[in-house]
Amino acid sequence: MYSNGYIFRYAAILVIITASLLSLAAMLLKPFQERNRAIDKMQGILTSASVTDVDAKNAISLFNKYITEEQVINPEGEVIDTYKESPKEEGKAFMIDMKKENYKKLKGKPYQLPLYIAELNGKKIYIIPMLGTGLWGPIWGNIALADDYKTVVGVFFDHEGETPGLGAEITTENFQKQFIGKQIFDNKGNYVPLEVVKGGVKKLPPNQQIHGVDAISGGTITSKGVQAMLDATLKSYLPYFKKHS
Amino acid sequence: MSKEVKEREPLFSPANLKLLTKPLNLNNPITVQVLGICSALAVTVKLKPALVMTIAVMIVTGVSNLVISLLRNGIPPRIRIIVQLVVIATMVILVDQVLKAFMYDVSKQLSVFVGLIITNCIIMGRLEAFAMSNKPWPAFLDGIGNGLGYGLILITVAFFRELLGSGTLFDVRVIPQGFYDFGYQNNGLMILPPMALIVVGVIIWVQRYYNRELIEKD
Repeated sequence: MYSNGYIFRYAAILVIITASLLSLAAMLLKPFQERNRAIDKMQGILTSASVTDVDAKNAISLFNKYITEEQVINPEGEVIDTYKESPKEEGKAFMIDMKKENYKKLKGKPYQLPLYIAELNGKKIYIIPMLGTGLWGPIWGNIALADDYKTVVGVFFDHEGETPGLGAEITTENFQKQFIGKQIFDNKGNYVPLEVVKGGVKKLPPNQQIHGVDAISGGTITSKGVQAMLDATLKSYLPYFKKHS
Repeated sequence: MSKEVKEREPLFSPANLKLLTKPLNLNNPITVQVLGICSALAVTVKLKPALVMTIAVMIVTGVSNLVISLLRNGIPPRIRIIVQLVVIATMVILVDQVLKAFMYDVSKQLSVFVGLIITNCIIMGRLEAFAMSNKPWPAFLDGIGNGLGYGLILITVAFFRELLGSGTLFDVRVIPQGFYDFGYQNNGLMILPPMALIVVGVIIWVQRYYNRELIEKD
């Protein structure tokens, strides 16, 4: 039989060994993981701006090439920081932690909004990062608007744990390319939230279809999460659009 | 003397090989032991996550079997389950961290399921049933074998679900566009979890048809 003292000593030593092993691994791997995360973020931003053939290897160079300016905006729509130097991943906008800003917004405190400005074929594209909730966890992405602040140039979505084949389909090209050319304002200049329509965009009246896309079958809650994320994010940029258009 | 015994038994003796092959069919963790069903439902919508999941589970079962077998004579029986859990959890976190550092895209696809390997009954089951009472090398083989057996079913299920549910294999379209033009449609039911259960059921049926000894007497 093992004495109680032995059991305690055994458990303590085991835990200390595994804990140090795990912290060591976490410390050693952290720079790689952070690099991956930064590259992933750049890939998302570039993809939404409809830059093609972005992969993990060329993301940094393409990012520095196409992104000409990073801005930090306050809720009133004023630009409080601009950054045009390279490397672009050191800009303030790139460093903004969306989770913290969303939390501040929820609590009614002053918050900051990041904005990336890309130049593609001589035209300016405004890229807005988003963060929201899906069915199982966070979803995030970017929406790129043309220089009229109305037309969607492209979107990019990603998620942490949506169901593969269902909610996770928001990451597919087929879902994302539907957004291209959609409008976030109507003819009178009023903001109209983009709608992710269950059962297909054809269910909307014809004059509303320009504001909607098909939802994902089997991924209703994720689709609704995407819609809510788009709406919440775009709403906070409205003052900026008004000031600059 | 013990050295002599070791030398006499080659690394891949028939008995050891059996540890590798038995879980593939006659002692398959999913279809015969009916363990690890939940993750089999969750990651089998597409082939690629199923494949990476297989590799991850194989590493975790193999290495934790090995570690527990090395420790087996010192583990106090009263806390053995806790010790096993600590070892499994450590392995799973390590695998997850390494995936995040070096295979970021795959790790993103698997997301929570890697973490959920901890709750996979196959691993605890093998530690408790085999590694606690066997030498390290056979224990390691048993772990790898069970990981393979688990993966075999996972990949078979994922093959049918991806083919019929999405018309792709490894995200490459295999059902020609012509089929769709004639009104063929992807079966949306295949990507929902219940169909995984039904596919597993069909596999069990086929397996028992060919292996009559698996059928219960009564």
